[in-house]
This record gives sequence, C-alpha cells and structure tokens, in this order.
Amino acid sequence: MRPGDPAGHNRAPRYVRGQVGRIVECQGSWELADEVAAGVAEPRVEPVYTVAFTAGDLWGEGGHQVTVDLWESYIERVREDGT
Amino acid sequence: MSGEHTSAPVAARVRRLEERLIEAGVVAQEQLDASLAAMLKGASPVNGARIAARAWTDEGFRERLLTDANAALPEVGLSMAGGIQEQRLKVVENTATTHHVLVCTLCSCYPVGLLGPSPSWYKSEAYRSRVVREPRAVLAEFGLVLPDDTAITVWDSSAESRYMVLPRRPAGTAGYSEPELAALVTREGLIGTAAV
Repeated sequence: MRPGDPAGHNRAPRYVRGQVGRIVECQGSWELADEVAAGVAEPRVEPVYTVAFTAGDLWGEGGHQVTVDLWESYIERVREDGT
Repeated sequence: MSGEHTSAPVAARVRRLEERLIEAGVVAQEQLDASLAAMLKGASPVNGARIAARAWTDEGFRERLLTDANAALPEVGLSMAGGIQEQRLKVVENTATTHHVLVCTLCSCYPVGLLGPSPSWYKSEAYRSRVVREPRAVLAEFGLVLPDDTAITVWDSSAESRYMVLPRRPAGTAGYSEPELAALVTREGLIGTAAV
C-alpha cells in the first residue's frame, strides 16, 4: 500500500497506508472513487483487489488478519523480502 | 460495546440538509420519501437468513454462493441490484476453525438489501476503529467468546463490494426445515458479531 495522505477524497484507510499486504483476489474493475468524488467526467476504471494484512504487521500484535479493498493505483508491488 | 451510541446528531444534520434542499427547490419531500422507500423496500435481515438457511440445506447452492454470490442469489429470489447499480457480494463462511466479521472503517458500507438498515453500533467510531485492531476483545464484549485457535478475518469493505457472513449451522438442527433454520438466523450472525 502506497504511503502518504493524498488530497481530496480517497478510500484507502489510513491504517493500511505504507503497510505490506498480500493480494488474495481481484474483484473486478470499478471507477476510481477519488475521481468520481472530484467530478471527473470520465473517471479512470481500475481493478480493485482484496488485500490481506496481518494484525502483527498493522498493530504489532494480534493473530488475526484484516482484508481491505483497494484500487490498483493505491498499491505498489514489493519484493518477497518486503523491500 | 457500550450500546450508548446514538445516531441522533447525524440524523439532525441530515434533516437540516434535507430542509435546505427542499427550500432551494432542488428536491421535494415526496421525492425523498419515495426514493428512501424504494431503497428500503424488501430490505430486511430475513433475506440474509433465507440465504443462510438455503446454504445449510443445499450443498450445491452453498458452493455457488461462496464462489459467486451474485450469480447464486436469484436461486432464492434475491439480487444485489436494488440500488443505483448492482453491487458485488462476497459471502464468507464461518467454520469450526475460522471466523469472519464485517466492518466499514471509512463510513458505513453494509449490504442493506440483504440485512436491512445497519444497527447504530455498526456505524459507531468505537466499533469501526476497534474491530480491526482487537476483534477478539470486541466480539467477547458482544458475548461471542471464540477459542484461542480460531483464525479471525476482519473484512473492511472500503470499496464497491459488500460482504455477508454465512454463520455456522447450529448444533441439534439436523431435522429442521429451511424456514425453521431461517428463523434462527440473526442480523448479528450475518455480520459476524454473534453465533447462530
């Protein structure tokens, strides 16, 4: 998940920004919520992924996982070693 | 959870906004009432309960539901097309070793058509912020104490999909009919904050 706090409407929850997760499913493609909210005439259509984050990575404790639904431009690829 | 959360301040703010829009001639009260009625027509946890009961009694339906819920819903006379556009539905199944619970941390996304209007606690900051961080403790406060080795997944519906939990079929219901099973299913069971 890309870090940072973009201006305007955005549907990436703050608690996953900058965190590393694992894509578990591609849900299909939807108009990018950021551009829809900004009134863009023809919003970009992007894949939305179900991304699983471990509680240990997010909070430093806990054995559960949290899945978050993220548009493709919200995320960037990281290598297996997390870099 | 404290159970003290109230939606009154939000309701008052929405009402003021409605009054401004009506005064400005943007929309009429009758239009608002009609569109709300249309959205909520048939929206009830009875729908989710029927889906769960069918999945418990029809293995083929259960598999189709978990694979592609939108394609399976017409088998029980339901769909996700009640709103502006059809929404994708994902059904997640609780088992002896896995437990699922739903939240929308950003706002209040919820499968209204299948579960009816969401409970006020579902929209509370306390639930939305805590359930992703300490679901085991939050569920225990709801009265659901899970074994330590149960794997918990919290589904944060932050985009266009909606989720529903398929609860575990209660023990001792082997001879129950589909309607009898549906009568046992609660809204909280379909959110994942209670067992059925």
